[in-house]
Amino acid sequence: MAAAVTRFFLRGAGSKVPNTGVSTRGHSSFGATLLKLSPSCNVRTKTQRRHAAHFTFQPDPVPTQYGPTQKMNLFQSITSALDNTLANDPTAVIFGEDVAFGGVFRCTVGLRDKYGKDRVFNTPLCEQGIVGFGIGVAVAGATAVAEIQFADYIFPAFDQIVNEAAKYRYRSGNLFDCGGLTIRAPWGCVGHGSLYHSQSPEAFFAHCPGVKIVIPRSPVQAKGLLLSCIADKNPCIFFEPKILYRAAVEQVPVEPYTIPLSQAEILQEGSDVTLVAWGTQVHVMREVANMAQEKLGVSCEVIDLQTILPWDTETVCKSVVKTGRLLISHEAPVTGGFAAEISSTVQEECFLNLEAPISRVCGYDTPFPHIFEPFYIPDKWKCFDAIKRMINY
Amino acid sequence: MLTNISNVLRACVQRNQVATVLISARTYADFTTEATFEIKKCDVHKLDEAPATQVVLTRDEGLQYYRIMQTIRRMELKADQLYKQKIIRGFCHLYDGQEACAVGIEAAINLTDHLITAYRAHGYTYTRGGTVKQIMAELTGRRGGIAKGKGGSMHMYCKNFYGGNGIVGAQVPLGAGVALACKYQGKNELCVCLYGDGAANQGQIFETYNMAALWKLPVIFICENNRYGMGTSVERAAASTDYYKRGEFIPGLRLDGMDFLCVREATRFAADHCRSGKGPILMELQTYRYHGHSMSDPGISYRTREEIQEVRSKSDPISLLKDRMLSNNMASVEELKDIDVEVRKEIEDAAQFATTDPEPPLEELCNHIFYNNPPIEVRGTNPWSKLKSVS
Repeated sequence: MAAAVTRFFLRGAGSKVPNTGVSTRGHSSFGATLLKLSPSCNVRTKTQRRHAAHFTFQPDPVPTQYGPTQKMNLFQSITSALDNTLANDPTAVIFGEDVAFGGVFRCTVGLRDKYGKDRVFNTPLCEQGIVGFGIGVAVAGATAVAEIQFADYIFPAFDQIVNEAAKYRYRSGNLFDCGGLTIRAPWGCVGHGSLYHSQSPEAFFAHCPGVKIVIPRSPVQAKGLLLSCIADKNPCIFFEPKILYRAAVEQVPVEPYTIPLSQAEILQEGSDVTLVAWGTQVHVMREVANMAQEKLGVSCEVIDLQTILPWDTETVCKSVVKTGRLLISHEAPVTGGFAAEISSTVQEECFLNLEAPISRVCGYDTPFPHIFEPFYIPDKWKCFDAIKRMINY
Repeated sequence: MLTNISNVLRACVQRNQVATVLISARTYADFTTEATFEIKKCDVHKLDEAPATQVVLTRDEGLQYYRIMQTIRRMELKADQLYKQKIIRGFCHLYDGQEACAVGIEAAINLTDHLITAYRAHGYTYTRGGTVKQIMAELTGRRGGIAKGKGGSMHMYCKNFYGGNGIVGAQVPLGAGVALACKYQGKNELCVCLYGDGAANQGQIFETYNMAALWKLPVIFICENNRYGMGTSVERAAASTDYYKRGEFIPGLRLDGMDFLCVREATRFAADHCRSGKGPILMELQTYRYHGHSMSDPGISYRTREEIQEVRSKSDPISLLKDRMLSNNMASVEELKDIDVEVRKEIEDAAQFATTDPEPPLEELCNHIFYNNPPIEVRGTNPWSKLKSVS
């Protein structure tokens, strides 16, 4: 088994990392370099091979309905969304640690210069303060886009999000709300981020009615969903898969557009197994679907959930009614992960349609490991194996 | 105090003694064995007394501390190199420039005292008794690492050294808790609790000040002010940059963190304050990091190359000690060079070890999640066998 794992890592599935657009001259950044190093490993040294990307980014067809497009990677599409917001909404402000310089992942590059330092500004290192402050900004009627530097650092702000932001509307009998607040945070594994730069904490917040949680899979989705979150009248947490910031490149519309929240997207229709994922894991699923088709003749339906809370039960359940099998995959640990919620709901709704137990392929129940990341990740082989088991059940 | 000092140095003391003996045999009579130095006055807050401004340094101490600082410096430069070769992965925050802080603090407390710091932890791991080999192997994620290769740069621990904490400011309340335990156990121990100027703006720091003062805990809060919280200068992040006064009701000291003697003297003063039962004290060490915040920050977009160069040339902690020793005839250029050569060799050996030591076995992925006996099964993705967790 260990040999199989090793073989996979030696393949070095290198996704291309184009160095388009924004120059990192001057203020290069921690995150940016981290990303530059992780997915593409051309120099074939022993240490690098084991950090080869576990997925291949698959761009969507170029969207035609929103006007002219431009080649952007994921961080540039975020910048574009924020740019549109600042231009169209005079009350919008953006703040967070180091965002005035462009942020560690370059998502806010150039915005301070374009819109002024009273609208795009740095905060001290105090996550609880950033979110609490954001709630205040939003409750007074402005549009607040707060950045938490890494999703792993969001926990000092947990109380503000769970107890203040999420419950404001409810506890004031709809008199006050902080719907204008959107919290952005880089999320998910990145190749070598170790314990505190790799976590996927969406399930913690999914337990909290009152906040929306959204995770995009690509630049086009990121821009549309982020603009939806900003426009949405509820506090939203927008998690950005940081491994995709540079690895994912698409033609993204320049003008603002929105993609509806709480609507899952069927990326590929199929008849035998439903595969549900979000963020980076969607690309793993797409690859798994191809493998299942080629090697097993199994037809998979791939669904990108997009919004974790409130999630689109209808699309998922309809699909499971059709296929009879469901595989859910996320990077966060399996126990108490959001896959558990999906699984539970689906068995209630589709019990008689199920041909096999619902499978969850997720991270181990361990802290996010440092050098063991390749073992920890729910990669395509693990998912593929789960499909085989379901088919043979 | 001298015993403390040699304790600190237990990792390298033996070799050092040999060196000293050899040199002594040659030129012992020529050297000044100790000298008194005038150091900068500390700024004080809510204190009637201040640390002495005249301090004595012996030749032996000088040589020992020179060696430790040089070891930390060389270790960090090597880490920088290994990171650039992609042998060290993950996050890595280097300590070069700030050596006088770690060494000065350690010289003034006992190894039985407790210490906790943030993620810029390599220097403290060394002064607290970790070996260069263990530190380098942790950086490369190898079996011989000080945390079994499981943590990496930010996560290093040894006896009475509580890490190595990745989340900004989170270690400060822990430090006060450690101090409470010290007080409760009545062993006259104290806890040194370090954080940076960036973390100084976190809310939990102020919560901790309150508890520490309320319960008169034997804790020395030390703010290592290296002027930049990541890419943001202190003026841009803090309403008051007088970090030594920000404990308000806690007495404070501000001093030159680039001068080992200043740090040692002030820490002695602070330790006496704590041990006499007067409760917490706050120190602000004004220091400077030569590298960027982390390995991917070149460190020159928010400050100028000239600024870094000026600090390097005018107040480098190692040069400062070296100049003092040379100008007072406490050491010869040659013997300091010999130390440099030995240090370099130690670092090279450690780097060699850190790049050849095997990685931890896969079982380690699941070990040490809970205390459990017998082992528990850890659930993971279903295709692979479940792993046992042993702790």
